[in-house]
Amino acid sequence: MSTDISISKRSNGRSETEGGRRIGLPVSAKRLLPERVHDMLVQTGWTLLSVGLFAGIWEFCWAVGLADPKLLPPPHIFLGDFAEQAKFFNTATRWSIGVNPADGPSPFEAVLITIGATTMRVLVGLLIASVLAISLGVAIRYYVAVERLTLPTITLLSPVSPIAWLPVAIFLFGIGNAPAIFMVVIALFFHMVLATINQIDGVNRNLINVARTMGATKAQTYWRVIVPAILPGLLVVLRLNLFGAWMVVLVAESTGVGYGLGQVIMLARNTFNPSLVFFTIALIGLLGFFSDWLLRLIQKRVLYWVPQTAGVLRGL
Amino acid sequence: MASSSKMKPFSSQDAVVCRGVGKVWAEGTARAHEALRDIDLDIKPGEFVVLLGPSGCGKSTLLYLVAGLERETAGEIWSFHERVEQPSPNRSLIFQETSLFPWLTVWQNVAFGLSIRGTALDERREIAHEALARVGLSEAMHKRPDELSGGMRQRVAVARALAMRPKVLLMDEPFAALDVQTRQKMQDFLLDVWRDSGASVLFVTHHIDEAVALSDRVVVFTSRPGRIKKIVTNDLPRPRDPFAPASEALRRELTSLLRDEVDRAFAEQEGLSTGA
Repeated sequence: MSTDISISKRSNGRSETEGGRRIGLPVSAKRLLPERVHDMLVQTGWTLLSVGLFAGIWEFCWAVGLADPKLLPPPHIFLGDFAEQAKFFNTATRWSIGVNPADGPSPFEAVLITIGATTMRVLVGLLIASVLAISLGVAIRYYVAVERLTLPTITLLSPVSPIAWLPVAIFLFGIGNAPAIFMVVIALFFHMVLATINQIDGVNRNLINVARTMGATKAQTYWRVIVPAILPGLLVVLRLNLFGAWMVVLVAESTGVGYGLGQVIMLARNTFNPSLVFFTIALIGLLGFFSDWLLRLIQKRVLYWVPQTAGVLRGL
Repeated sequence: MASSSKMKPFSSQDAVVCRGVGKVWAEGTARAHEALRDIDLDIKPGEFVVLLGPSGCGKSTLLYLVAGLERETAGEIWSFHERVEQPSPNRSLIFQETSLFPWLTVWQNVAFGLSIRGTALDERREIAHEALARVGLSEAMHKRPDELSGGMRQRVAVARALAMRPKVLLMDEPFAALDVQTRQKMQDFLLDVWRDSGASVLFVTHHIDEAVALSDRVVVFTSRPGRIKKIVTNDLPRPRDPFAPASEALRRELTSLLRDEVDRAFAEQEGLSTGA
């Protein structure tokens, strides 16, 4: 009995993986490299091709004179002279009174410090927002009183653009890291609460009923069934909101935070320097891309039980 | 409460007793509809009772009421001296679709109820191992649910129910999603488990063959609202031959009992669709 079932299962599994590996090198080349390395190379190849295509079109427009290099400098211009761009990434102290302009970090270090500062604001903001939002979302479903007291206000505030919170951030926190982090938190918090509630409502009722028939209390049902069941969805919510955080942090930083990528963009705007704008955009793109990749990696590790369906869709 | 004085007497030793049970969903609203009416049913300890009826007749609703997951809106349900008011580990429910926790391994799934109770880890593992051995899956202990076939998953669900040593096993079309061959094997397997455990089984299905193969008694339901149309005793000797003339006769009897109800349900649905 057990054998015939397991055989049918195994053949099922095989056909699924075959469906998932449609795109790639021909079968003969496949066996030369370990499967994981091969997959990673293929994926990197496609990423480079995708970006290269975009850059290529841009360069072409420049070459035929469609794109004015003073307004839309193509990648080879704004990426070409790193030192020229990096000198705008000042980390404030060098130009302060009493500080020798030659002191302080080199331009390269300044770029790293700027990137680090912005990344820190994004991650701290994301962390605070998700802890607060998930706790409140669970509490809203757990206690009816919490729902009645908070949900209307949250729904009311969630369509407010983060821009509207900018003055509030400055009134409350002045300038520096705090208002930037506040902006990230406030921009993500309301949506994440609503997303958490949505995830809880989507939990398979059978799983909850199983726990109940086994004598689980309400608290046990929440901790041992609902929380693990909503984790996959929450991680997706987190990934989507990560991009939101990257967007908001620039707005927040443009108000004066000492240093940050948003401040560089503002500088570029005020000094009419499109190259610097595109250079910074490229940096932000890379950062967003890698932080998403990191979260996806975490997703795969932590949520080992979630099936990967992308391969099935590709087979269509 | 007025009805309880007129209630048919019952033995408090019985595994499940229903007296005048009714269920109206969304009672008191415009969407209210009656799922069950006037169910009187006594299930003896160790008895295998099949609830048979057209889909949507309320037989699953009755199972949820007996499990204590939903409350009846009329009548009373009792199980071994106790009024059923909430879920209890004494009455395990097995669902049609997979209800294993995907983030736990097979043995952790089986031991879930025990860990809720606070049983020690060693004992949990031992009981899980024993329960899995009884369903023939001790090798799969450390696998994850998504590595198993549908039939194996349902056997794990049965093992999880058994680990709680329930007195009543409630099964809601547990084999409906399986292919015909697997389903037959699962029926044989269920009968073995049932004989070993001594539990009563309340088994919902709309398959007449399944009712003939498994039951001590078959409760045939009418379509909406679900009422008991007839209780048919099935005393065919086990192991049962599905092709024996007696099986054939029982199948024919159940088919004719059901046909009217299916016709009625169809007519009702057609009325609904043309009305809309």
